[in-house]
Amino acid sequence: MKISLLDYGVGNLPSVERALQRLGVETERISTSAGVAQASALVLPGVGHYGALIRALDRDGLRPSLIAAIERGVPFLGICLGLQALFQNSEEAPDLQGLEILPGSVRVLSGAVKLPHMGWDQLQAKAGSRLLEGIDAGAYFYFAHSYAVPYRDDEAAVETRATCSYGGEFVAVAERETIFAVQFHPEKSGDAGQRVLENFLRIAA
Amino acid sequence: MSLAHRIIPCLDTDGERVVKGVNFVALRDAGDPVALARRYNAEGADELVVLDIAASRDRRPTFLETIRKVAAELAIPLTAGGGIRTLEDARAVVRAGADKVTVNTAAVLRPGLISELSEEFGSQAVVLAIDAKRDGDSWRVMTTGGRVSTELDAVSWATKGAELGAGEILLTSVDRDGTQSGFDVALTAAISKTVMVPVIASGGARWPQHFSEIFRDGAADAALAASIFHDGIQSIRALKEFLVGEKIQVRLPC
Repeated sequence: MKISLLDYGVGNLPSVERALQRLGVETERISTSAGVAQASALVLPGVGHYGALIRALDRDGLRPSLIAAIERGVPFLGICLGLQALFQNSEEAPDLQGLEILPGSVRVLSGAVKLPHMGWDQLQAKAGSRLLEGIDAGAYFYFAHSYAVPYRDDEAAVETRATCSYGGEFVAVAERETIFAVQFHPEKSGDAGQRVLENFLRIAA
Repeated sequence: MSLAHRIIPCLDTDGERVVKGVNFVALRDAGDPVALARRYNAEGADELVVLDIAASRDRRPTFLETIRKVAAELAIPLTAGGGIRTLEDARAVVRAGADKVTVNTAAVLRPGLISELSEEFGSQAVVLAIDAKRDGDSWRVMTTGGRVSTELDAVSWATKGAELGAGEILLTSVDRDGTQSGFDVALTAAISKTVMVPVIASGGARWPQHFSEIFRDGAADAALAASIFHDGIQSIRALKEFLVGEKIQVRLPC
């Protein structure tokens, strides 16, 4: 199996790549529609500004092929901004449209908290998660973000598998069929993060 | 449940070796950065900082090869800096594998650098390093490795830095650095309670009690130390177990 990493010129791609290679899996960097169309498993890493990610996807004409691949059932893992991109839109760049695959919008974390939400935090399980299988309920994951998808306790939010609370409760893990997304950085989250990546690789295989 | 307090070992490098100064002078050799990075990653460090102290001193370029080798060892975040003066300097450090970049002297000379970095990498990747020295009732910002005094007040500069887009403050007490007499609680509390970004306290760590004190009384979000970890005086694991006993939330790796 080969994991295709979407390379749009910014962000944390090398560390995600290293973390996957450490698990013994072959990776490739892709940056064209043809590359996306041929991928057998996709990872969209991301850190930084939502607008930069969305603009880069559109600049490289990747949006249609990416949506098509995800809808076709190609296993997909979105990390941080890669999670946020799956939703409708973001307060961070209100003029831009997300990939609109999952319902909900990205909002700034609010309340009397310091931003960014930076460091190691714990999750609250909401439903059985395939990504979190075998991971201790008290495990910590590394977050570095100021925006997130607020958690909604309704039927439209069934894809939420775990949340985190910081300036409100937000989506930390989302899953739907072959679509997986995490707001934290598994590639920077020590052993627990490695387990998340292993779980994704097992599902994608 | 809430955010864990972070314990961050710091590698001050000069060339390919880790060094540590007492009051920023009298440098001595402390080891191989790659070996130390591997050890801290395994011991449960929450993050690693690599500062090229030589770059600021001699205007030499930062040691990207060291960052690359260190990054390859880590499954935790890596912050790198020392001598970063331009967006291009920062890009090189990020490309080498750093998740965050620290700026210090160059940001004092040209505060717009903070905004440039924040726009390019996001504020979560921009750490404003402030070296502060007590001056009467307040603290003054020092530059150039803690040797040159400025007119800037440390609390005001931290506030301005956060407004310009810094996502974190790495706050070093020049008075305490290398003395092992404890973190500067008053300085850290003054800044941590004013700015709305996380603050990493640095300078003066020796005993586990210094860490509980800086988290509890200094309102620090993270605490950084170097020689006590490098020299094996304090293990990160034992420190975290002590903090758990003190009811301070930390991440205990499995």
